[in-house]
Amino acid sequence: MSALTALAQLRAIRDGVAQRITTVRHCHVSAQPMVLIPLKLAGEAAAPLAAMVGTDPGHPRLLVVPQPRNRDLRFAFAAGLAEVLLPYVEGFAKSTETVERRSGEPYERCLDAPQILVPNRSAASFVGLLGRSTRFRRADGPYPVHPSVPLLGRWLTYFADRSQQPGSSMLLVATEALSLHWATGQSGLEDANLAALMGWIDPPPGTSGRQAAEEAEDPLLWPPAGPATDPGFDNEVLGPAIRAYEEAPTDRAVDRVSQALRTQLDPTWRLMWRAVELLRSLPEGARVKDRWEFDRGSFTRFTERVAEGGPPQARRDGAVGAAARLAGLERARAGYDVQRAHDDPLLMAEYRLTGEAFAGTVTSADPEHSEGEGRSRKLRPLVTVRTGDPVRLTPGTVVGSPDRRGHAAEIVGIADGEITLKIVKGMGRGKTPVPGSVPEPGERVSYTSLTDDFQSSAALPDPERTPWTHGGPPQEYVPSDDDAQEEWL
Amino acid sequence: MSTVRDRAVVIRLDELRGPVPARPHDARAIAALAANPGCTRRAVMDAAGVDKDLTARHVGFPAPFGQSQFAITRGNVFEALVKENGCAELLRLLRELLDLPVEQVGYQDVESVGSHLRHSHTRALIDRAARQDDGSAVFYDHPLLSLEIAGHTSYLEPDVVAFQIGGRFHIVEIKSFGMIDGQAEPDKVAAAARQAAVYVLALRTLMADLGHDPLRVSHDVVLVCPENFANRPTAALVDVRKQLSVLNRQLTRMTRIEQLLQGLPADVTFDLAPGEDGVPTRSADELAQALMRVPARYAPDCLSTCDMCMFCRHEARACGSTDLLGRQVRDQLGGVSGVDEALGLAEGTREPAEGQEEIARLLRLANRLREESLR
Repeated sequence: MSALTALAQLRAIRDGVAQRITTVRHCHVSAQPMVLIPLKLAGEAAAPLAAMVGTDPGHPRLLVVPQPRNRDLRFAFAAGLAEVLLPYVEGFAKSTETVERRSGEPYERCLDAPQILVPNRSAASFVGLLGRSTRFRRADGPYPVHPSVPLLGRWLTYFADRSQQPGSSMLLVATEALSLHWATGQSGLEDANLAALMGWIDPPPGTSGRQAAEEAEDPLLWPPAGPATDPGFDNEVLGPAIRAYEEAPTDRAVDRVSQALRTQLDPTWRLMWRAVELLRSLPEGARVKDRWEFDRGSFTRFTERVAEGGPPQARRDGAVGAAARLAGLERARAGYDVQRAHDDPLLMAEYRLTGEAFAGTVTSADPEHSEGEGRSRKLRPLVTVRTGDPVRLTPGTVVGSPDRRGHAAEIVGIADGEITLKIVKGMGRGKTPVPGSVPEPGERVSYTSLTDDFQSSAALPDPERTPWTHGGPPQEYVPSDDDAQEEWL
Repeated sequence: MSTVRDRAVVIRLDELRGPVPARPHDARAIAALAANPGCTRRAVMDAAGVDKDLTARHVGFPAPFGQSQFAITRGNVFEALVKENGCAELLRLLRELLDLPVEQVGYQDVESVGSHLRHSHTRALIDRAARQDDGSAVFYDHPLLSLEIAGHTSYLEPDVVAFQIGGRFHIVEIKSFGMIDGQAEPDKVAAAARQAAVYVLALRTLMADLGHDPLRVSHDVVLVCPENFANRPTAALVDVRKQLSVLNRQLTRMTRIEQLLQGLPADVTFDLAPGEDGVPTRSADELAQALMRVPARYAPDCLSTCDMCMFCRHEARACGSTDLLGRQVRDQLGGVSGVDEALGLAEGTREPAEGQEEIARLLRLANRLREESLR
């Protein structure tokens, strides 16, 4: 939360409609995303009730569990979901490209990767729980399930884990993706309601965003986007329908439950695809492609792991694994924030507000200025920039510029809104700078101390050398029949 | 506080509520008091025992809290399972959790005596247990505890069991949300801890009343939840010291309700006396007017805790308050409370008041940067 976003929220209240807080889109939107809206039974940890899923807005697939407390029906539901999700995911593994590396062997990477969209953060967590409750199952032994069920579990777990990764777009949470780009006139808590958020961003003609959001809070007009269902619906519609199924498990009874759940899912389904359209309408940020490339790499590695018959993801990370994961998340977060600021002047403005960046006009330039004598003589062009920003950088700080990749300058002096910079990188090795590498007088430039430099990962011991303070070397995970037999009531 | 003034407060609170019985606070309601300590409206209504749910519905802003029958059934089934056969399952869990060498455990169902005697029976049983202290373990099912809140005694009917072993009492809280691979949803655990803290406090008060050491009630409560996706229960210890101190602070504040009442106009009342048809006789408009004369402190968090939330949100919207957006936003605005005021400062159409110069400069700069970047 920054003062700029707060200001945008105030304007949203005054104008009655959501305000943009970015100039570009910072998440990848696939050409062929899959929308998944899961519903669960109230009061249970992970009892699936229904899901609407598919890649075609006109043809959603509705899966229901007519009696959510029945174990067999739950696994039938999981198999049904696998039937839709696995072919979609596996389809992307077929076409790959060869990536050359400066050091090391070239490797294969999938040309594209799957993207799943869920309505809110609770739905993403539920995907993780569904993965947790299915990935340890077995197709043989006691309580056998369809072979696709444990595989589905591993993929769902993978997607849920991936959604924790800053900058990843493989499992996109619709409310979060929208809130990243628009500020509304309501609190963050209320923004977690997809219908209300969409009301602010895209109100129906003749309605203000505020009115639309207010309407969206009525569960009769806009059923909740899940995974929890509306208690009123549970008590008045779903409860009797499930009881009818219990008394006589006929096709008609299944139909009744399906019809009831369809009424709860249809509105959210339409909202989800509208959200996809809205996100697509924003121009894509320059570094979105790089981050999607990371996602593609991650997807390729997981596909290989599954193909090689690796074990399902463990229930909990070991000490070293957890530390590595956390460090990785931190680095990803820092990199993601900097990348977005570099892609987007409106986000860079937040750093200008805090004095970590500045923008202004070049007043003078000495492109052929050099330092040192003889052989150690180095080209160090000087540039003076006039700015009205409250700069809090000190002389000696090295700054980069979003306008020029690979360009770096050192602050030499700051006086009365005039900043003198010495360019130290990105102007070539000749006696005169490469054309275009030194800003010219009159040019508008911006600089920041934020850099997206490669950070090496933290030095951690091998898992088998985990110190005793951290529980010692973890026991290797061996899938057992106990896992497969775990109750799922 | 003298007794006479004490009585004056009680009389004033009774007036505020009108001729209907005070609504008892359950542990959840008491725990929720701690959520927004700055709100006078809530403090006064709670102290007077006003039915907030009915009030909100009557003024046309019902709270969006409903409970699904599935959740209720599941909760009851799980609780019954844990308590089956004199809490046999619970004993197994506690043996593992507290590493107890207990073979046998006593079981006392306090409910066996009929509701009007439950409180005194609980009192007697706890007193006896605290005196004898022969090291034996006993479960007390359906105890009835009490807590004094602003001059009114609230009875707490916990679905919990007070467990006594070796002279120490533990509160056991049974919840039906899943603990998966040793982890449960943080906000659910937090809510359970707040609720359990109320029971700890009530039991400690009882102990002190009986002349025993209140610290014999442990601040570690036993949380019992279903393990993973099954119905099999598992238990964990939750330290509620932090929740206890928040609760204590809030309850002390409520005993100072006198000061809050002094600030209220004398004719304000939230009287909901029903007519013959059971509907409150008071017009909704009049009631809303009365409510608005007691200042509220709305925050988006209220939406998940307070019955009055929709009414207060509506009011905050009507007066263009920045509270609507949450405390984080308000902090960013340097505490400027009005939407128009903040926008006026940002756009330079309003002169900053004394002490606002700093935030006005920041907002103007933010506004300029936003305009510049969107161009």
